[in-house]
Amino acid sequence: MEGEVPAGAPPQFLIHDEGDSVAVAVTALEPGRVEGAVLKSGRRCEFEILRPVPLGHKFAVTELTKGADVIKYGVRVAVATKDIAIGEYVHVENVRSARWQNSVA
Amino acid sequence: MAEQRRLTGYRRPDGTVGIRNHVAILPVDDLSNAAVEAVAHIVPGTLALPHAYGRLQFGEDLELTFRTLIGTGRNPNVAAVVVIGIEPNWTQRVVDGIATTGKPVTGLAIEGRGDLRTIEAAARIAQRYVQDAGELAREPVERGEIMMSIKCGESDTTSGLGSCPTTSEAVDRWVEAGGTVLFGETSELTGGEHLIAERCVDDEVRTKFQKTYDDYLATIEATGANLLGSQPTQGNIAGGLSTIEEKAMGNIAKTGSVPVVGVLREAEAPTRQGLNFMNTSSAAAECITLMAAAGAAVHLFPTGQGNVIGNPIEPVIKITANPHTAETMGEHIDVDVSGLLRMEYSLSQAGDRLMESIDRTINGRMTCAEALGHREYTFTKLYPSA
Repeated sequence: MEGEVPAGAPPQFLIHDEGDSVAVAVTALEPGRVEGAVLKSGRRCEFEILRPVPLGHKFAVTELTKGADVIKYGVRVAVATKDIAIGEYVHVENVRSARWQNSVA
Repeated sequence: MAEQRRLTGYRRPDGTVGIRNHVAILPVDDLSNAAVEAVAHIVPGTLALPHAYGRLQFGEDLELTFRTLIGTGRNPNVAAVVVIGIEPNWTQRVVDGIATTGKPVTGLAIEGRGDLRTIEAAARIAQRYVQDAGELAREPVERGEIMMSIKCGESDTTSGLGSCPTTSEAVDRWVEAGGTVLFGETSELTGGEHLIAERCVDDEVRTKFQKTYDDYLATIEATGANLLGSQPTQGNIAGGLSTIEEKAMGNIAKTGSVPVVGVLREAEAPTRQGLNFMNTSSAAAECITLMAAAGAAVHLFPTGQGNVIGNPIEPVIKITANPHTAETMGEHIDVDVSGLLRMEYSLSQAGDRLMESIDRTINGRMTCAEALGHREYTFTKLYPSA
């Protein structure tokens, strides 16, 4: 998207990179169909979310089984501590640091 | 890219370029804070820099305090310095460290004289320095001559989406223009430190970076304490960040795409042009104090949930992409790039907005933090004093 302004309605969420497991809400989201885009590629996409997601919080865009790597920016940023379905809210209650494992709340 | 404005700054006798013209009243130790603040009260054009340390420190920790004090005085945003300490020897060491820049500096010790006589003598010198500093003229300068530092705070997921990538644009343009940029926040690289290691310009720099990172983490682990609860912070978690790695990737998103040419100790002045990594705490006031002591003259501070930080020596420009923060904390935000989240403009256009703010700040426009009187001056302590 470098140098050009993508067309279309303002996105409701953004995904950093193709292959990421999570999207970030860029406006407060209510359960139901939401529309957004992948930042790196500009590709538009839609998801069905299961509960409200506040601005800046995340939901899953791939299915994550317990113990799976959570990918954002194309790198591992967390590990799932529970099975997480597509559209489910993702935060400290279902993911943890992969690096500081002794410090799980 | 936006048209570049004509930039002006202050050329110091040692060839460095500043964008502010402070007369600093610098205490060597906590005991001298009262005298320093009294002088600044008597001579209003001066800048008092009270801090908490400087007594019974030893070894590396003492050296860092001297490096911070001397570096603060040497910063090109400072025109002249009055140094006040409880005793003459350490006071003179700070004076000598600043004097090699060629700028006016005088030291006064309180022992054998008392606060009141010290304050009078210091005020007479400070008055002259302020009058003289007012006569120094701004001259045309280039971006590449002005050292920049970057550090983010109260980050949330919008930092990684907007304010940090915008800062990245400025970093790349700064280095391309021949400038030097400092970044740090050692613990907040966790999860992405391999990406910084890959960007090191050669094996020597890479080895030094890796050792600095590993040693810092080892120090944290040696305390036996649990970092969760501190990293990510409560503010980070409220903003949607779940782990240190997620926070680190947002942090790294502000460092541009240029190679890392140097690895510095805390408050160490860089010798290589380009992007330099400095070993620092991720606490905002400590980090920026160290960077200013290394010579940085302007600071870029991306924020998500909204941080209010300022620095007495280098202007702090705050950037946010979080629309709530831009609205509810508008008096702290210099550059609002929340339009990036709505895809209203490109990253390059957001970079243009930031560059305009930097240029105006260089030319004298006060940042939000300057106008609101934020002068956080906080020393980094490596271990307990004797």
